[in-house]
Amino acid sequence: MDNPDLLLLARAQFGLNIGFHILFPSLTIALAWILVYFRIRYARSGDAAWLATYKLWVKIFALTFAMGVVTGITMSFQFGTNWPGFMKHVGNIAGPLLAFEVLTAFFLEATFLGVMLFGMNRVPAWVHIGATVLVALGTLLSAFWILALNSWMHTPAGHMTMDGALIAGDWLQVIFNPSFPYRFAHMLLASGLTASFVVAGLSAWRLLHAGTDASASRTLRTGVVIAAVIAPLQIFVGDLHGLNTLEHQPAKIAAIEALWKTERGAPLVLFAVPNAETRHNDFAIDVPKLASLILKHDPNGEVKGIEEFAPSAPGADQLAPPVAPLFFGFRLMLAVGMSMLALAWIGAWVLRKGAAPPRWLLWSLAGFTFSGWVATLSGWLVTEIGRQPWLVTGILRTSQALGRIPEAQLGASLTGYVLVYALMLAAYMGVITHLAGKGAAPTRAEAV
Amino acid sequence: MSLDLPLVFAALMGVAVLAYVVLDGYDLGVGMLMPAADAREQELMVASIGPFWDANETWLVLGVGILLVAFPVAHGVVLGALYLPVAAMLIGLMLRGVAFEFRVKAEGWHRELWNWLFWLGSFIASFAQGLMLGRYITGFDSGFGYLLFGLVVGAGLCGGYVLLGATWLIYKTEGTLQKKALAWARWGLLWVALGVAAVSLATPLVSQTVQMKWFDFPRTLGLMLLPLVTLWAWIGVWRSTDRLSRGVAGAGEWAPFAGAVAIFVLAFIGLAYSLFPYVVIDRLTFWDAAAHPSSLKVVLIGALIVLPFIVAYTAFSYYVFRGKARAGLYD
Repeated sequence: MDNPDLLLLARAQFGLNIGFHILFPSLTIALAWILVYFRIRYARSGDAAWLATYKLWVKIFALTFAMGVVTGITMSFQFGTNWPGFMKHVGNIAGPLLAFEVLTAFFLEATFLGVMLFGMNRVPAWVHIGATVLVALGTLLSAFWILALNSWMHTPAGHMTMDGALIAGDWLQVIFNPSFPYRFAHMLLASGLTASFVVAGLSAWRLLHAGTDASASRTLRTGVVIAAVIAPLQIFVGDLHGLNTLEHQPAKIAAIEALWKTERGAPLVLFAVPNAETRHNDFAIDVPKLASLILKHDPNGEVKGIEEFAPSAPGADQLAPPVAPLFFGFRLMLAVGMSMLALAWIGAWVLRKGAAPPRWLLWSLAGFTFSGWVATLSGWLVTEIGRQPWLVTGILRTSQALGRIPEAQLGASLTGYVLVYALMLAAYMGVITHLAGKGAAPTRAEAV
Repeated sequence: MSLDLPLVFAALMGVAVLAYVVLDGYDLGVGMLMPAADAREQELMVASIGPFWDANETWLVLGVGILLVAFPVAHGVVLGALYLPVAAMLIGLMLRGVAFEFRVKAEGWHRELWNWLFWLGSFIASFAQGLMLGRYITGFDSGFGYLLFGLVVGAGLCGGYVLLGATWLIYKTEGTLQKKALAWARWGLLWVALGVAAVSLATPLVSQTVQMKWFDFPRTLGLMLLPLVTLWAWIGVWRSTDRLSRGVAGAGEWAPFAGAVAIFVLAFIGLAYSLFPYVVIDRLTFWDAAAHPSSLKVVLIGALIVLPFIVAYTAFSYYVFRGKARAGLYD
């Protein structure tokens, strides 16, 4: 179907919904395990301060989880409404993966969330800890299935054609497709960073308000330590993921590096304004041969450029993603990620041996509360736009999956979503900042 | 494998949708009843559904998921045709889902605002679901009559959810709130009677296919059982609420809810009978729309392994939160 406006509108709507949705799981996947840690600390110490800490963060978790659930329900409908061709062509692969997510993860987390939130005085401590672990496990399983599907869309494997339909030949190959291990690890670590910065940032916010707070001092330390450990791991895994992308989706790397021409000894473009008209970088600052060195571990290695995938000859098939969003998105992710690493390490150094945090550190951490969201979203935009024009690499183009929704309906519902999301996000950020600002209320010790 | 996979998945989808309608139905109903209660009662109402609403909504994802996985062609047709009501329902579900969490944390007029959004979201979602059902039964035909039919079904489903919500509250609360819930249940019953009667009379008029299925002697005689049993369940709910309001000893507080669920199950069976074998009436049968057997098989195996666990821990959760709802959800 050739309707570029409709395609762009459908992509914008889907992108808005999935981008808004990812904010919340990216926090809950790791926050769930941090809660397990708080809960176990309370069970072992019987210390009311740990209980108060747990109760504060369980509230923030519940709110975040609810945001994730309600925005996630939207997704299960939009596969059909916006991209009916997706299920028609690859439904035999995508369907079972989504079904397993619902069956193994959604019910598990939703049911035990109830026990975790409201059941503390109704069940023995070990059951309550078990419920907390099962919620965490549910979020992890959910990430597993959805990233298996997403990775398969990037690097399809294990499928075959039978009776004119694309079906799975080997499910293990489908699930553990070439980019899955890297993408899954990258996403889990991203969640760890996002959650640890939210924990550290909101605790810093509380300390700035209250001066001293036993619970916030503890959670500040928890957040900073987790971040300091995960940040370098994430950079390492991110690099591996990049090399994996170079192998399987070289056009994405060419766009990220703004390399228009295939060349030996390709330069690393530090800054530029990529110009799609002239297929050239304006105002470029390059480091000669560095891209070849990084990507091929050889200063004279050959790196494929955009021209390889999208020849400039008239009528040629354009199989490369747009350069500018990938170039800038990648650099934004990198800049935020590096700053997070620096801040986490500085924080860990300052806080060593139980030193009290200075105000400049508190302000920095408070300012970085939602930095994980910026890095995660820009990373997702890079990888998803980087797959274009494909929806499933080499198998299905995004334009082939487009439905026939009237533009007016798409526009109207998009407006509705934007308004509701703006309200929800403002309320969400306001409420969790308010909750954290009030701090953990001391409560009497209960069922340990 | 000689198993008729599309038929099995049609049955699974039916079970998931029925489970959704009954389970989320009661919490949507409680949401719609919020303005009729005072502030203290509202806390109890919310506490009665707090541990369950999230898992209840997951049945919707499972129902739509099975439609997506097992009948991908129908998923595109149905959700494409229902685009706007689906969007409205989703926005409603989002509003109420987050309002549920926000209202607990808010104070003063903020809490009032979230209470109001909780009600509004519950109402929009319920009405949109009824509208979707109406549009679905009529094969998405356009025209004033069909739209009117959709609106009537929307209003009818709201009544049904109010009945479920009120009878749930009879079961989960006591004292003055329970007394109020008994009165609400009566109103819900009347509303449902009107809605079911209107829809039953109008359905054969708006759909020839349904008309042929209903007036196919001698099967019609067997089919007559359905409205008769429904009427019996209706009277049962009325009488049990009556006994409870008069404080008759030994009157089961669970009975009105069980009766309301029975009415929903019976209505669902009637609907399933009317539409079968179509997944999109007059256009697509379950077999036309089914996905490849290989993917159906793998999902079925997974579902058969996992569903017993889901049922078990759902039962566990209802066991943990048995008895009357108490205020102070987070304490």
